[in-house]
Amino acid sequence: MITIKNLKARVEDKEILKGINLQINAGEIHAIMGPNGSGKSTLASVLAGKEGYEVTGGEVIFEGKELLDLDPEERAREGLFLAFQYPVEIPGVSNTNFMKTALNEVRKARGEEPLSASEFLKLLKEKAALVGLNPEYLSRYVNDGFSGGEKKRNEIFQLAMLNPKFSILDETDSGLDIDALKIVADGVNKIKNKNNSFLVITHYQRLLNYIVPDFVHVMYDGRIVKSGGKELALHLEENGYDWIKEIEVTA
Amino acid sequence: MEEDLKYKLISDFKLMESSLNGEAKSPFHKIRQDAISVFEELGFPVKKLEEWKYTNLNNITKNKFRQFLIPEKINLSYEEVASFIYPGFEGNLIVLINGHYSVKFSKIVTQTDGVYIGSFSEAREKFSDIFQNHFAKYADYYRNSLTALNTAFAIDGVFIHVEKNITVNEPVLILNIADSRDESLIAQPRNLFVMEEGSSVNIIDDYYTIGEHPFFTNSVIEVVLKNNASLDHYKIQNDGSNAFHIGTIQVEQSRDSKFTNSTISWGGSLIRNNLNAVLNGENSESHFYGLYLLKDKQFVDNHTLVDHAVPNCNSNELYKGLIDDKATGVFNGKIMVRKDAQKTNAYQSNKNILLSADAKINAKPQLEIFADDVKCSHGATSGQLDQNSMFYLQSRGISKDEAKILLMNAFSSDVIDSVKIDSLRDYLHSQLFKKLKK
Ligand SMILES: Nc1ncnc2c1ncn2[C@@H]1O[C@H](COP(=O)(O)OP(=O)(O)O)[C@@H](O)[C@H]1O
Ligand SMILES: [Mg+2]
Repeated sequence: MITIKNLKARVEDKEILKGINLQINAGEIHAIMGPNGSGKSTLASVLAGKEGYEVTGGEVIFEGKELLDLDPEERAREGLFLAFQYPVEIPGVSNTNFMKTALNEVRKARGEEPLSASEFLKLLKEKAALVGLNPEYLSRYVNDGFSGGEKKRNEIFQLAMLNPKFSILDETDSGLDIDALKIVADGVNKIKNKNNSFLVITHYQRLLNYIVPDFVHVMYDGRIVKSGGKELALHLEENGYDWIKEIEVTA
Repeated sequence: MEEDLKYKLISDFKLMESSLNGEAKSPFHKIRQDAISVFEELGFPVKKLEEWKYTNLNNITKNKFRQFLIPEKINLSYEEVASFIYPGFEGNLIVLINGHYSVKFSKIVTQTDGVYIGSFSEAREKFSDIFQNHFAKYADYYRNSLTALNTAFAIDGVFIHVEKNITVNEPVLILNIADSRDESLIAQPRNLFVMEEGSSVNIIDDYYTIGEHPFFTNSVIEVVLKNNASLDHYKIQNDGSNAFHIGTIQVEQSRDSKFTNSTISWGGSLIRNNLNAVLNGENSESHFYGLYLLKDKQFVDNHTLVDHAVPNCNSNELYKGLIDDKATGVFNGKIMVRKDAQKTNAYQSNKNILLSADAKINAKPQLEIFADDVKCSHGATSGQLDQNSMFYLQSRGISKDEAKILLMNAFSSDVIDSVKIDSLRDYLHSQLFKKLKK
């Protein structure tokens, strides 16, 4: 699905990604863990095409295409989705209108007709229920005045609406209480199938009890310093990140 | 150049005067004579005047406008007029062609006793007391030369009078059609709206241009709101790129009265909207909203004054602009709180988005506060569309252009949401969307 080769990127004059290698196949869930500031969100932003990040080396192949050559909207239409760590509030744009515009664009790119108003409304309700988003939030402005938890639900709701091939979940668990976390994870598990894949970025192992990864990678200082199975997450939970720093120093 | 136009208009005045017969000796005409002499003395405003610092009238004064005096043959069909009426409108229709009331096209549906909606010139005799008490009593022609010019040519326009405790349910749509197909003209509609105690009405003032010659509208509206009266006034500017508009709205408010104005500027070459409200009775309130979408070399100056003369009044202003190409916006908002006007609440906000490197905004808030127990605030911002919002929208598959439209629409919507007539609000929302799509 996606192959990241020796990806290097900088913000302003600071090198943040220092050579990331990662291969994610269809049907897989990968997790990236790592201490704050190690570059996890930067990786997500670079993959989604946010301005201000300068790619200084490497390449990313997404479904056979050079991902880094595409505009953010083209990446989304190709099937990439980023659930933001900090979702943006957009007063004046209703959630429903936002999703209608986005879904029509994505469907057009897939060669599908726009949904009729009633089909769209049906989908909207179905997906809101899937992630436990109060339908009242659909008519509100995008994330405007939403609590931290509602914003995160809204991200996964959008994911469910757009049905991407590859989704990056950046700290989706932060801001969610345990009940909400279960609902959202449950939603992700229902969306997951053998044709799509996920990259779950998290600081804590907690989320990974519910969204069970096939692979866990540890990121530190702009590199993936260790990879393993889901047991690596448990190891991190017990031992913290300090031992990683030592690997880094000795490496 | 401005001298040329000035003397041309003064000679047009004499021409008008010579056709007056008996009226030339009336007290009403005395005011006109007074006004033309003020205009002669002051001339057109120049940039060195503080109030005209940002507004250059050279593009107006270099033209040879003729004052449109008598409604000559007008070559307009009902279909053409109907094309200017927004979809879903129901109510009273007044058509002013070059500032003159058209009996042919106007259609008054309100039949309630005690309500007059009609031509200014027709009403002058019938309502001579009201004219005597109110005409030219508020719009100050001694200090504003363009108000003086309008007052000198106060011939026709709209007069509305609503008697005590009457609510006019049908809104009044005033279509101001500027016809410059044959020559360059100046139209100077003069309007007077007098609302007696507890009365209310909604007025939509819509401006359109037909023809290619330069056209100059210099309009004055005086609004009198007695105790507990209310008036919602919507000014929609659809003029062409050959049209210049200077409009003054002067509002006099008594106790418990409420005035709302929303000014939507879509088109026109140079626009100056003077909007002044004097809160002269306690618990009165004024709400001003403005939206301007500017492109090419358009220029729009919203120039407001809220004069809190007595205690316990509220005012609120929200002006928003989307400025593209080499267009310029000006917002000059003055809030005056007089010494006795304690417990005043006065808020003002001006927000602008500059869509090109050459787009310009001059924002000049002025607070003059002489009372100590008041709540006043103002804020002015200008910037670009928010990059984080753009990225968020794009990351969901929405193109850059479409994302811009969504954000510009979001930015502007709350001004249009202030419109309380459903059909008009829907229409303006759809207009906004159309204009943003271009
Ligand atoms: N837009 C930015 N401007 C400057 N520095 C940034 C920016 N984004 C991230 N950084 C820096 O890059 C490093 C990695 O940040 P980030 O990717 O957010 O880490 P993580 O998500 O792993 O906590 C941090 O040192 C952070 O300060
Ligand atoms: Mg992060």
